[in-house]
Amino acid sequence: MSGTAVETHEDGLRHDARRERWALFGLSSPALILVLVILIIPVGWLFYLSFIGADGQFSLENYQRMVDRKSYRRIFETTFQVSLITTGLCILIGYPLAYFLSQLPNRIAGLCLITVLLPFWTSLLVRTYAWLVLLQKRGLVNTWAMDLGLWDEPIKMVHNLTGTLIGMVHIMLPFLVLPLYGSMRAINRDYLKAASNLGASPTRAFWTVFFPLSGPGLFAGSLIVFVLCLGFYVTPAVLGGGKVIMVSMKIASNIELFVNWGAASAMGVVLLLLTMLILWVASRFLRLEQLAGSGHG
Amino acid sequence: MIHWLNSPASETQITHARRLWLYALSIVIMLLLVAPTLIVIPMSFSDSQYLEFPPETWSLRWYRHYFGSPEWMAATATSLKAAFLTMLVATPIGVLAAYGLHTSSIRYGRLALALLITPMMVPLILVAVGAFYVYVKLKIQYTLLGLVMAHSLLALPLVVLVVGSALKSFDLNQELAARSLGAPRWKAFVTVTLPQIRFAVTTSALLAFLTSFDEVVVAMFVSGGDNATLTRNMFNALRDQIDPTIASISTIMIIVTTVLMVLALTFGKAKDPG
Amino acid sequence: MSQDESPHPAADALPITIRGVTKTYGAVHALNEVSLDVRSGEFLTLLGASGSGKTTLLMVLAGFTRPDRGSVKFGETEIIRTPPHLRGVGMVFQNYALFPHMTVDGNVGYPLRLRRVPAQQAQERIEQALETVQLGGFGGRQIDQLSGGQKQRVALARAIVFEPRILLMDEPLSALDKKLRDRMQIELRDLHDTLGMTTVYVTHDQREALTMSDRIAVINHGRLMQLDDPTRLYERPANRFVADFIGDSMFVPVRRRGDSVYHGDTALTLSDPIPEADALLLLLRPERLQVLDDDPDPAMNRFAGTVSNLVYQGDSYLLYAQLTDSVEIALRGMTRRDTLDTLPKVGDPVTIGVHADDTLLIADED
Repeated sequence: MSGTAVETHEDGLRHDARRERWALFGLSSPALILVLVILIIPVGWLFYLSFIGADGQFSLENYQRMVDRKSYRRIFETTFQVSLITTGLCILIGYPLAYFLSQLPNRIAGLCLITVLLPFWTSLLVRTYAWLVLLQKRGLVNTWAMDLGLWDEPIKMVHNLTGTLIGMVHIMLPFLVLPLYGSMRAINRDYLKAASNLGASPTRAFWTVFFPLSGPGLFAGSLIVFVLCLGFYVTPAVLGGGKVIMVSMKIASNIELFVNWGAASAMGVVLLLLTMLILWVASRFLRLEQLAGSGHG
Repeated sequence: MIHWLNSPASETQITHARRLWLYALSIVIMLLLVAPTLIVIPMSFSDSQYLEFPPETWSLRWYRHYFGSPEWMAATATSLKAAFLTMLVATPIGVLAAYGLHTSSIRYGRLALALLITPMMVPLILVAVGAFYVYVKLKIQYTLLGLVMAHSLLALPLVVLVVGSALKSFDLNQELAARSLGAPRWKAFVTVTLPQIRFAVTTSALLAFLTSFDEVVVAMFVSGGDNATLTRNMFNALRDQIDPTIASISTIMIIVTTVLMVLALTFGKAKDPG
Repeated sequence: MSQDESPHPAADALPITIRGVTKTYGAVHALNEVSLDVRSGEFLTLLGASGSGKTTLLMVLAGFTRPDRGSVKFGETEIIRTPPHLRGVGMVFQNYALFPHMTVDGNVGYPLRLRRVPAQQAQERIEQALETVQLGGFGGRQIDQLSGGQKQRVALARAIVFEPRILLMDEPLSALDKKLRDRMQIELRDLHDTLGMTTVYVTHDQREALTMSDRIAVINHGRLMQLDDPTRLYERPANRFVADFIGDSMFVPVRRRGDSVYHGDTALTLSDPIPEADALLLLLRPERLQVLDDDPDPAMNRFAGTVSNLVYQGDSYLLYAQLTDSVEIALRGMTRRDTLDTLPKVGDPVTIGVHADDTLLIADED
């Protein structure tokens, strides 16, 4: 067959292929535009603003301030402290719970999981408010503790670090338990049988086989909790009573009260970079979908 | 009972008896997880300013205060409007995006997905502050439009992920079959694919609604004045003093959220056909 | 060129003309300048291993895979740029791709609804299609209530109800068990003969291809290896790949010397001319071999060897012999009651013979 006698439609086919690609791209374009306009561009703008000083010129003073001023350093310290302690407590409390759930038969585990999911779905504000009410001077915790004779005078458990930590642990716990539970469920039971068979006591089998296998899930869950704590706003603002100042709160006050966009955006950039870095590390251990699947609210 | 205690609890043959401490601890933790949320409900019926549990006097005082207050009612209306509109905006956009991603090349799909997930990754305060800045410049500060757009941004990743996962387990050959039988691509999607992922679509719509309804931080910066949301007002009230009206609002919110989530779960559990 | 027309070529069945179809994914050629003709009303099978390109070619015909270049005509009409929903071909998928949210009637009626066929007429045609695939009365069933074989028939009914002039089938029987598959092969062929539409069938099972097809196109690495009717493909494979792929085959290295071809020191008696190639292979099929006695028959080629193994397979047996040049060949024979007694034992010397007509030479190209 001579090439000239039969058309090969190469250009036409290429054109069709390109048109189809664009059509499919078009389907996701409204979503992409929304993300671009409301997220990427504003955050980019903030990035730019962080390099603008009080005089309107390019400067690094906003970043310098964070290093120089003690108050700023303290805010970062507090944020890290609260995040680390919260994450640690979540691990201590959440790991046994996740383990317990993973050992239950499927249906019962599903029912018990509701106790984790119910607070997870409940509005953040409502949960924070609940702790506010419970921990106040005349609140439930103090009243019952005094009735039981645990202490004589009402202890100040709210509008301070204690209240903040209690509230944050309560809110962050599902974020650790859910991915951890998932990864524990996926551990092949045969490994434990093999360990037993080879002579390991139940305790030993747990520490040498189960625990390491649950490692990635634990690590990823902890990173998620840590990252969420870093940027958290509502709970520390309410339960901290102004005594616990986290980065997010400083950003907010810088804008609401001082209209200091430079300072606020610089802190924002630092917070964002930290968050992205930690999430990137977590993504090496846990797939993207699982990460996002447990996050809501 | 003794028999059960001595029976093996796992592959390592550890007995239930030796694990009793774990069971007790877990039950306590689970109680502590649910208790605070649930306790708000009876406390909201307490007559006193200090919300006792159990309430010494039962009354609907705080509910009356909520329903009787024009400010609270306006805020509730705004929240409901915003949530509803968010659902109407985010769901179609997300479904189309999920479909577009699913049927396009791998390289582009991964990149676009990463971009669409970013609203979940960026700290909420930054989203709020960024939106605030842009809205002031565009002069849509404190409008319902701005609020809905920001909330849709937050809900979008959820829709894309939920619908995307349903598409992944869907046999796309059915669409090919429909097209070979004479249906153009869009018709094949509407008559064959969509009916079979409708549960995922409904679930993500409900999630979008809840995301907007519960949202605090962005609403704080972007809603205000006439368009202040319920959550914004609640937050401001909380910072000042413990207004017991919030207990009644919280109870209502808990019930609404739980009902919607149960609906979403039952839809999700009811296996998608095929 | 044999003139095998299919039994009842329908008046409106379309021929398919494929020219120079090429599809690359990066550096890999899924299809490489494939050209072939499908005759009007014929049952043509695309036969090849996984990844050979046979399914890709079918998808090009259906319009789901867009080639880089080439031409495909249905009759006189160029359709290479026509979208799939306008091509008017019926297609049956490997996993049936039935719509689970519709009943059997709903599935089969789908193409008719798209074509706005009035409900009364549509119902008649649906019933007729179901009768044709022997599922009369199944209209109201849900898809998940059907067995594999029944699902396959519904898929078929759906593909033919709108009377397409071309039917494409992508390994439709591969999910069925052997007994059902064998029966369906015959039923599908009968259906084709009744309806008379041009059918392109994809499979990796050479036995299936040989059973059902008017002609077979053997595809390997995106290239057409040979296009012929089953007999010619089996008896006269054009190259090593086809010889290897179709039927059981053994290759014995031979050498050309002058005008003859030698195995060791013996010249072979041949019925066909020697192919023009430097390296040659002798193709032997196990069922064409015989155990020879000492009586020399000039038409038989003889190979001396030792029996290395004897395998009883119920209806047949395999006798393995190691030849003088260490090549092992196998002979297949049908068993009778006293066969095992009459055969030589392992370790015995044996002479294997093959008739000159069954002595095939293939070019040993790479």
